Amino acid sequence: MKVKKVKRVTPKLTIWDALYIPAILTGLSVTFRHLFKKHITLEYPDEKWFPPPGHRGAIRLNRDELGREKCVACEMCATACPAHAISMQGGAAPWDDREKYPVWYKIDMLRCILCGMCEEACPEDAIELTEIYDFADYTRESLIWDKERLLKNYDLTKDGNYYKRQLEESKKR
Amino acid sequence: MTNTGNVILDIVIIVVKIAVILGVNMLILTYLTLAERRVSAFMQDRLGPNRVGPMGLFQPFADGVKFITKEDIIPANADKLIYLVAPVLVFFSALVTYAVIPVGPTFSAWGQRFQMSIANLNVGILYIFALTSFVVYGVALAGWSSNSKYPLMGGLRSSAQMISYELSMGLSIIGLLMIVGSLRLSAIVDYQTHLLWGFLPRWLVILQPLGFLIFLVAAFAETNRLPFDMPEAEPELVGGYHTEYGSMKFALFFMGEYAGLITSSALITTLFFGGWDFPWVNESALGIWGVLLGIIAFSAKVGFFLFFYLWVRWTVPRFRFDQLMKLGWKYLLPLALANILITALVMLALV
Repeated sequence: MKVKKVKRVTPKLTIWDALYIPAILTGLSVTFRHLFKKHITLEYPDEKWFPPPGHRGAIRLNRDELGREKCVACEMCATACPAHAISMQGGAAPWDDREKYPVWYKIDMLRCILCGMCEEACPEDAIELTEIYDFADYTRESLIWDKERLLKNYDLTKDGNYYKRQLEESKKR
Repeated sequence: MTNTGNVILDIVIIVVKIAVILGVNMLILTYLTLAERRVSAFMQDRLGPNRVGPMGLFQPFADGVKFITKEDIIPANADKLIYLVAPVLVFFSALVTYAVIPVGPTFSAWGQRFQMSIANLNVGILYIFALTSFVVYGVALAGWSSNSKYPLMGGLRSSAQMISYELSMGLSIIGLLMIVGSLRLSAIVDYQTHLLWGFLPRWLVILQPLGFLIFLVAAFAETNRLPFDMPEAEPELVGGYHTEYGSMKFALFFMGEYAGLITSSALITTLFFGGWDFPWVNESALGIWGVLLGIIAFSAKVGFFLFFYLWVRWTVPRFRFDQLMKLGWKYLLPLALANILITALVMLALV
């Protein structure tokens, strides 16, 4: 086997380059230009970040036109969930248009990895991920979301303007 | 009787001068810490501290309160006396150098001549050089007395660095002193108030460009600023010589560094950029307005160099220690010597 010899070439500096002063001056002009550039700092929480469409944030349970939960307790989401965050109990629906509904429905947001598999699995489009990203809380119990909490998420995010509304409210205050 | 009256008047004038210059310097120093953070933030497209007071203007006071209320810690194995004296030494020597720098033209009023500097020493430059090299004791002693490896390394490095660059710094202004023929700072400024060939201000940066460049680089090294902040190179030495210092003792080092910045900016201005001279204007003829104009011109120039220090910090990366030594001994020192030679030859030719 032939061994290929690679010559390392150190680029020769001209006197102009070796002085370093031109390079330093170029550098100075770059940093000076940056003085007047737009800052990229986001002054959270005075300003809010608007997530792009399709952002996978907090989970919601959708309502139908009559304001009832769409969910039919088929447990597809719970099966699809890789983190085993979803649990529910189905029961006979009090309405005529479906057989089952979730008596209780819980998502452990401490386990949830926001992967969106539940949304993919759901045959009824009943569960979706929303734009809400700031749902930190103080206790573990409060992060196990029940049906009411998830339906409230739907009410908050159905118009897709959650953070714009928050910003306006904080300005009013 | 009149004699003692004069002495008392002199003392009062000097005390007032000290109070004013010290007060103004402390104020600039305080806000320089804020400026450093804000300017560096802007250069990185960030915002910097802007929440304490309007535009973050009260931030330095918040910092001060934080420093004062922090727990005062002395390491168990530190050499206590030296450990306590070191920051004082740094801050003291950085502050006292202002005494000889003239901030405006001399003016006469009420039969008195007022010097716009605390002391108009005839060996002003020597005084400044003697006291700025005092900083090296503070830094080296801080490193030694902490009894900890990184501070020791930082202290040693800084003494090596400062001693090396002190040489080039001293030699770089010899040419300047040969032209002016005086060590008195007010005489150096007076020399620069005249015009060169009738239209250029006779600032020594024009007569001594090489000397200025060497002095500038050496001044950066003397003040331990980037790109020469070897003594406190964070990635290598944790915090360098002040690693073991906390609360107000650290604040003294911190303020000492900024006081050093102001000193060297004022010194560069005085030596090379005409001090309080506003070009094409004869301040001495304008009386009190001339003094005011002079002080404004001086402040503007010093302000520019303070900004320049911050500006360079975010432009030029830190030198390696061997590169630093090579630059100091193999390039700056011979260049400074050559500068003296060239100046001497030109002066001979002109005479």
